[in-house]
Amino acid sequence: MRVGVFICHCGNNIAGTVDVARVAAEMRKLPGVVYATNYMYTCSEPGQEEIKQAIRKEGLDRIVVAACSPRMHENTFRKTIEKAGLNRYFLEMANIREHISWIGEDKELNTNKAIEAVKMAVAKVMNNKPLYSSSFKVNKRVLVIGGGVAGMQAALDCADGGLDVVLVEKSPSIGGMMSRLDKTFPTIDCSICILGPKMVDVVQHEKIKLYAYSEIDEIKGYVGNYQIKIRKKATYVDWSKCTGCGACMEKCPTRNAYDHFNFGVATTRAINIPFPQAIPKKAKIDPEFCRQFTKGKCGVCAKICPTGAINYEMKDEIVAEDVGAIIVATGYGLFDLDKFPEYGAGRYPDVITGIQYERILNASGPTSGHILRPSDQTEPKTVVFVSCAGSRDKSLGVPYCSNFCCMYIAKQAILTKDHIPDSQSYVFYMDIRSNGKGYDEFTRRAQEEYGAKYIRGRVAKIYPKGKKMVVRGADTLLGTQVEVEADLVVLATAVISAPGAAGMAEKLHISYDTFGFYVESHPKLRPVETNTSGVYLAGACQGPKDIPASVGQGSAAASKVLSLFSKDMLESDPAIAQVNINACVGCLKCVKTCPFQAIKEEVLRNGRKVAKVIETVCAGCGVCTSTCPCGAIQLQHFTDNQLLAEVNAICQS
Amino acid sequence: MSVVAGKELRIVGFLCNWCSYGGADTAGVSRFKQPTDLRIIKVPCSGRVDPLFVVRALLTGADGVLVSGCHPRDCHYTDGNFYARRRLEMLKRLLPFVGIDERRFHYTWVSASEGQKWQQVVTDFTNRIHQLGPLHVKKENEG
Repeated sequence: MRVGVFICHCGNNIAGTVDVARVAAEMRKLPGVVYATNYMYTCSEPGQEEIKQAIRKEGLDRIVVAACSPRMHENTFRKTIEKAGLNRYFLEMANIREHISWIGEDKELNTNKAIEAVKMAVAKVMNNKPLYSSSFKVNKRVLVIGGGVAGMQAALDCADGGLDVVLVEKSPSIGGMMSRLDKTFPTIDCSICILGPKMVDVVQHEKIKLYAYSEIDEIKGYVGNYQIKIRKKATYVDWSKCTGCGACMEKCPTRNAYDHFNFGVATTRAINIPFPQAIPKKAKIDPEFCRQFTKGKCGVCAKICPTGAINYEMKDEIVAEDVGAIIVATGYGLFDLDKFPEYGAGRYPDVITGIQYERILNASGPTSGHILRPSDQTEPKTVVFVSCAGSRDKSLGVPYCSNFCCMYIAKQAILTKDHIPDSQSYVFYMDIRSNGKGYDEFTRRAQEEYGAKYIRGRVAKIYPKGKKMVVRGADTLLGTQVEVEADLVVLATAVISAPGAAGMAEKLHISYDTFGFYVESHPKLRPVETNTSGVYLAGACQGPKDIPASVGQGSAAASKVLSLFSKDMLESDPAIAQVNINACVGCLKCVKTCPFQAIKEEVLRNGRKVAKVIETVCAGCGVCTSTCPCGAIQLQHFTDNQLLAEVNAICQS
Repeated sequence: MSVVAGKELRIVGFLCNWCSYGGADTAGVSRFKQPTDLRIIKVPCSGRVDPLFVVRALLTGADGVLVSGCHPRDCHYTDGNFYARRRLEMLKRLLPFVGIDERRFHYTWVSASEGQKWQQVVTDFTNRIHQLGPLHVKKENEG
């Protein structure tokens, strides 16, 4: 066996705190290692060339690269050695950057640790076996979860690229948060006017199959072959008959149903169509409020419906769809007012959230676009905006910036002045974050042209005084206390992960961070990929994002799917479990423990029972290998021998 | 010697590829300083960790063993870490029977985004092992 070891300096990243030359020198002493060297940037073109030349000149058959994390460059070097004629699984990487040079301060200890890490890799690579991928067919359909602007963009781009798309939206209409907005910054474009045509494109596209008011029940399978179960929630209205005429909504006697679309600014009917531009424009019954469900009698909508679409007996329905890739665009959620006892915790009707104000500004909203404050339906003359209501506040568990509040506050201040020319807006802010194209000019316009008064400081307390709300805060630039008597207070509440985000991540087997936002594969270079191949991210499910960023990510995710599907066959990962039938005693414990049902019983010709791995289903976790009492089933590339070789390299030296 | 005498003890870590190995990477990228005793072995899933690996390490030279996987319910392989949890919890109770202080073995869950938590886990466990001292005193005296 002829092992070659390549130690990377990574500029000063590794060489700064690890004596790389000494590591290489130590490696030359190891049995089996015939070549060891150190190089400035092993991942660079000349660095890779050096590996290839050494393989040829020295006749190397196993390669160890000690550099950054294998999560970063394992694939790079696998390709390198493959080009030089070696099997790609004859490579091992020792992570001496993330796990050593970047975290240890003592050069001597770091160097010693690096020597050990490379020794472990050498011990493992000597036990490596060549592995070969097989190829399997790809199902060229894509599932998009979430019909907000990011999901719609992804669905449209995939469909225009010729893919069949299954779009699942949990609320009764697609459009997401953007469909609730009045105008968009920094152009003051009408939000639904630019979104509406896109929504129509989605529903009319022959390649897009839309499931509105549906949720993902179950996801099984792997890249190229996912089996999805979709729960079509009961709407109690047969959508194949409903024409969206709205007669039921007009006649429904229940007028106090919670209006999800308007975030509770107004109430709606128990049977309702969320908004005029809804797609699909179909009615649904909210059984929590409907008298037929709560009191057992009413039936007005059933009597009035001209097409007989009402069906109180309707049940949830499960449909199955098979796809090859998944784009997750589940969006975000918002902090509730009850998180802010100092601002009244939702008890004062005239303290509202930014999105609620957006509905009040909106012509399709409950006030038909006239700014009327909720308590007495009068025009507010003084409006106070409080930015960072929750955001950048560690004590509330939101240390991050919510990204777009500074901009929408400026927009709402401008719109307030447009609607009520004799009004005055005040904005309490921590910092103005307007780092987009045309954004800073926009926030300046709010101040200079529209006279919004920006006060740098936080609001300590909001309390009622007659018909007014007193907003008491600090002006940290003047170093004084400020009190503003406002008619209406708008809180820019923090952006949080969508409700149920963690549960969805668990179904998808993707990671999420402490806040419930999904984790991308690489923060800089793989922003829409996840660590689960075949699953991509778009929009605010990954972190707070404004519309252009969400649209951009939607398109990016679509392009990833299109390039994945550009091949008819995908290569399987050969690092899967294998059964040695001579050692297998047929206890079939592995069959029971396999999380993927990838192992089945096989009867040999002599009648003996053994386990058999279904290659395409095995995901390579290795639970079976540590279950097997006789070591008969081995996860390739992580066999008992390979892992114990690593243990021995550390413990027995 | 595998470790620098007087400064380090031998600690072996089995980290799952999807969460904890990534968490250790995140800690590195964020330059969260840690003690240098830990030697990391990458496994696809904490469910791949055979309890016998842990025992083997402790019997042949390690002073401490750490296993870290994805948070329960967030396993890349659906429920590999549930198997790990059962096996490792059982192992923890068995270790005293073979004469090994159970505090020398620890299993935990660290996700790929929890660099800071990883720093804490490594620091705490290393400190604990240093408090317990070397496991293989006899061997060292003989050597």
